[in-house]
Amino acid sequence: MDWLHWIIYVVIILAFVLTLVMSFILIERRVVGRFQLRLGPNRVGPQGILQPVADAVKILLKEDIIPSKVDRVVHLLAPIVTFAPAVLIFAVIPFQQAGNGLFFDLKSTASMVDLDVGVLFIFAISSISVVGLVMAGWASNNKYALLGAMRTIAQMVSYEIPMVLAVLGIVLIAGSLSLADIVDKQNIPFILLQPLGFFIYFLGATAEMNRSPFDLLEAESEIVAGVNIEYSGMKFAMFFLGEYAYALAVSTITSVLFLGGAKFPWGLLPQSFIWLLVKILLVFFVILWIRSTLPRVRVDQLMGFAWKFLLPLSLINLFLVAAEGMLPSGFTWPIVALNVTLAVALVVIWANRFYRVGGAKVA
Amino acid sequence: MALKTEPIVVNMGPQHPSTHGVFRMRVTFDGEIIKDLEPVMGYLHRGVEKLAESRTYTQFIPLTDRLDYLASMTNNLAYVLAVEKLGNIEVPPRAQYLRVIMAEMMRISSHLMAVGFMINDMGAFYTPLLYMYREREKLLDLFEMVCGQRLTYNYMRIGGLSHDVPPEFLPALKKFVSEMPGFIDEYDQLLKENEILLARTKGVGILSKELAINSSASGPVLRGSGVKWDIRKADPYLVYDKLNFEIPTGTVGDIYDRYWVRMVEMRQSVRILEQAIEQLPAGEIRTALPHLVRPPCGEAYGHIEAPKGELGFYIISDTGVAPYRCHIRAPSLINLTALKDMVVGLMLADAIITLGSIDIVLGEVDR
Repeated sequence: MDWLHWIIYVVIILAFVLTLVMSFILIERRVVGRFQLRLGPNRVGPQGILQPVADAVKILLKEDIIPSKVDRVVHLLAPIVTFAPAVLIFAVIPFQQAGNGLFFDLKSTASMVDLDVGVLFIFAISSISVVGLVMAGWASNNKYALLGAMRTIAQMVSYEIPMVLAVLGIVLIAGSLSLADIVDKQNIPFILLQPLGFFIYFLGATAEMNRSPFDLLEAESEIVAGVNIEYSGMKFAMFFLGEYAYALAVSTITSVLFLGGAKFPWGLLPQSFIWLLVKILLVFFVILWIRSTLPRVRVDQLMGFAWKFLLPLSLINLFLVAAEGMLPSGFTWPIVALNVTLAVALVVIWANRFYRVGGAKVA
Repeated sequence: MALKTEPIVVNMGPQHPSTHGVFRMRVTFDGEIIKDLEPVMGYLHRGVEKLAESRTYTQFIPLTDRLDYLASMTNNLAYVLAVEKLGNIEVPPRAQYLRVIMAEMMRISSHLMAVGFMINDMGAFYTPLLYMYREREKLLDLFEMVCGQRLTYNYMRIGGLSHDVPPEFLPALKKFVSEMPGFIDEYDQLLKENEILLARTKGVGILSKELAINSSASGPVLRGSGVKWDIRKADPYLVYDKLNFEIPTGTVGDIYDRYWVRMVEMRQSVRILEQAIEQLPAGEIRTALPHLVRPPCGEAYGHIEAPKGELGFYIISDTGVAPYRCHIRAPSLINLTALKDMVVGLMLADAIITLGSIDIVLGEVDR
């Protein structure tokens, strides 16, 4: 029956990713519209819900332009290399835990594969998308694209380190790299036990998916569109979908690692896929909130922020988790209180004493 | 091992999204650091100055609308002031006050766009800009009430205004004036202490006091560099000498100072509007003049403090129905000349917001 399992999950994941990505595009435009005192698209279908369909049809009908001086193979391969890893991540996401659920019960965890090294898999896969972006930037034979690609490499490499170190705290608490185990261990959501870790991970992830205020590689006002400047039609759509699929992946990973996945907080209601979905939308809403509020940081400030702010804090966080791990069990709430206080204090002190975003200057 | 590197030359514009129209910069980069910058202008040249020579004095007014299209009313004003100076034409007091009201409304509107687009260049994804559009929209409604237009007003006439304001205008303006300080507070809440905004603007794109004066910059760019020079005070025109207001000046001359000067100037403009509404006399709005104005032989330079700086019209008359020569001193163009000195050594992203902080309108730069 193994092949049946694979087929079912391939269909489920593709349907899940594609429908949610489509709705994310709509949600983003509507929500950001509200933030900006306007309505957002509301003409196509009731409340504009068919807008993504209209966009997709439009973009499919666009001429597929390949500029004459590009490296054709790399140019054509780049969108796929960018998009595919974002979907691959969902292979290890536990959509619902084994056991009793709100609507149905499961014998085993509802994920395509419950890898023992799920967390490692996620970070390994998600860094592949960088390769796609660099390929696009190099092969496009365009100076803006090249600048975008240069920024991409620097940004992705720097932000991955604090991000992974922050997640390591979770791994220490849960004692496992498997996502299903991590969700199982979350009797209280790990965001309470690991507020600083969440903060660092979330900022790092925002940078990894090139969202504002770290959206430097496609900074419209600076380098026009960055790496995807020479892409049109469906190739551009792949980049676009990849970006949203990655936003979806980050929202999902955050929900699973820090917000308790499919569990209802404190188990007040039976676990269900629905709760995961709600959490994903919640995280995505926060991403949109940040996007529609903050200006973009500069390249040197971006790098400084990763190396001088996030990295030291993530090391301190890791040390704290390890120290707290030596305490006997039963101190959950004191630790929560301590960690929340420490997180706020550390961020404030570090921001005021050691590193401000404006502190880095161009040489 | 030393890698061989060489600078790259990037053409930013004329279709770049942040060049505020069709401005082009040839920028030489070393990595992301700017080594050289050469502004290339002329993509929007329409020969406005030459066109003035083939139109009567009144017919040229609508063309001035097309210079700085974000502050059309101010352009009208600068032009008619120059012609009135040339012909020694008196303007009735009501018209003078209404002109001040229009000019200050226009200043608020133009500064809203300047600040909004600068922060947009900074990557704030339209949110502050759209908040500012909200108030600009109210101003445009007021202008529409006055003259039926929302962008190119053609409202000023030689010797006064084309017609009086409608009765519902003043109550609507009073409402706007009472609400506006609250909205400016709202922008300050969103922007003033934003860490990223401070990091991006403080100490970036510095224009020193000496260089600002030597490059004959004017407007918020000059005042941001700490020079207290405002034609409304230095060479008062209309009724500005009867109104109380302050001239804000920056200290460092960086982008933040220019932004700050604009925010304070908006508050001062609201103050001027309040006083002007109070003092507004009744009476005529235009001096009776012959259909074709024929100023005596001579030349005159009329200048005003436009939102972007000193806007001047230099007109020579040979007693004909059209100017013999009309030169326009456009503040955007002259402020732009200092761009290279402000950005060399900074990064690509700084150049974009420095350009945004100068607040250029290409209709005026290229004429």
